[in-house]
Amino acid sequence: MTEPILSMRRLGKTHGSGAQRVDALVNVDLDLMPGELIAVTGRSGSGKTTLLNMAGALDEPTSGEVIVAGENLATMSKNDLARVRRVAVGYVFQQFNLLPSLTAAENISLPLELDGMKPVEARRLAEKALEEVEMAGMADRYPDQLSGGEQQRVAIARGLIGPRSVLLADEPTGALDEATSESILKLLRSRCDAGAAALMVTHEPAYAAWADRVVRLRDGRIEGISERTRTPLTTADIQ
Amino acid sequence: MGLKEGLLCLLVKGDAHGYQLKADLESTTGDTWQVNIGQVYTTLQRLERDGLVESTESNGDGRVVYTVTDLGRAGVAAWLAAPVDLAAAGRDEISLKVLMAIVSGTVDPRRVVERQRGATMTLLQDFTTLKSDDSKDDLAWQLYLDRLILSAEAELRWLERVEARLDLMPPFDVTELTESMDTDPVEVSK
Repeated sequence: MTEPILSMRRLGKTHGSGAQRVDALVNVDLDLMPGELIAVTGRSGSGKTTLLNMAGALDEPTSGEVIVAGENLATMSKNDLARVRRVAVGYVFQQFNLLPSLTAAENISLPLELDGMKPVEARRLAEKALEEVEMAGMADRYPDQLSGGEQQRVAIARGLIGPRSVLLADEPTGALDEATSESILKLLRSRCDAGAAALMVTHEPAYAAWADRVVRLRDGRIEGISERTRTPLTTADIQ
Repeated sequence: MGLKEGLLCLLVKGDAHGYQLKADLESTTGDTWQVNIGQVYTTLQRLERDGLVESTESNGDGRVVYTVTDLGRAGVAAWLAAPVDLAAAGRDEISLKVLMAIVSGTVDPRRVVERQRGATMTLLQDFTTLKSDDSKDDLAWQLYLDRLILSAEAELRWLERVEARLDLMPPFDVTELTESMDTDPVEVSK
């Protein structure tokens, strides 16, 4: 059986104590499988972003554990955690977060070079990653020469370059118009169909619907999970 | 829309026999409306009785060809011109179930909302899967799928609002039937 690429076990996060205590996450169990796109939905304050930050080792849980590509984040040194953030998981934010003084290709190859890869090899992987997000030929453009949708494609390419196989996306379409948002969702879907895995926070039902599973958080707990029907409906099923 | 209006609209486009009308109706609605050939013939006979269509035996093969009359054309024009009365369409199963959950006091309405939201989201996921299949570029089908997607989205937003309003209410005093909500959903036929 395939192992999950990202596993959260009895995950909990508490802020403050006593009367000020807030349970941001309570006993969350969730596995992300290779090839899977999971959407996390819920109202503001339901714990969506906290969950994403735990998954990406940007924040430490109060209880429970996170296992990324077989490694338990809780037992890792600071250096190892930084390595996981560079090579195992990629982040995509609402505001693209590309470095303005670097080209598209340089933005993508940076984490690999920081990890010690030779620039020529990193560049080759960056060009391949750009091709996969339908941005071949735009490698030497700077972020301000790209549209919002194109910048987000670069961010997705950066998130999934080389050994990175888990993409964590926080409202990735928040700054984009409807048509561009849909093309970004389509891209995420196709990257996952090609073997990547993504955990995406969104408050839009229509965008969440691109996921294999939609996890609904309420007050830090999983309230429900909706799963895509395995066999797609045919037109004859809709009367 | 009834079968009657559908058949008349197709006949305005050109004369046709029953099987052809059935096939055209299905393809026009992206195969989302499967009609029974028996129903098609019964409806055509009724239309003829009311003077909206005329029939003629086609040359040799024994099939009956239908032609729309002036009265039929006027009927189609009037039907297309009249907006659909959505006030009459508002009494749907989901709203009724949620409203009844609130008044009956036998289940926590939040659980009803939560269950429904899960089911509607699954449906929206399935519609979205269909939409991402680029191989089917049939216009009628794509438009109908858009409609289904937007309806499911609207329903999810409504459920969201119901939940937000329920959260402002004091806890619901619910009794016996709550147990059954913790186990399997009870199948209630429509």
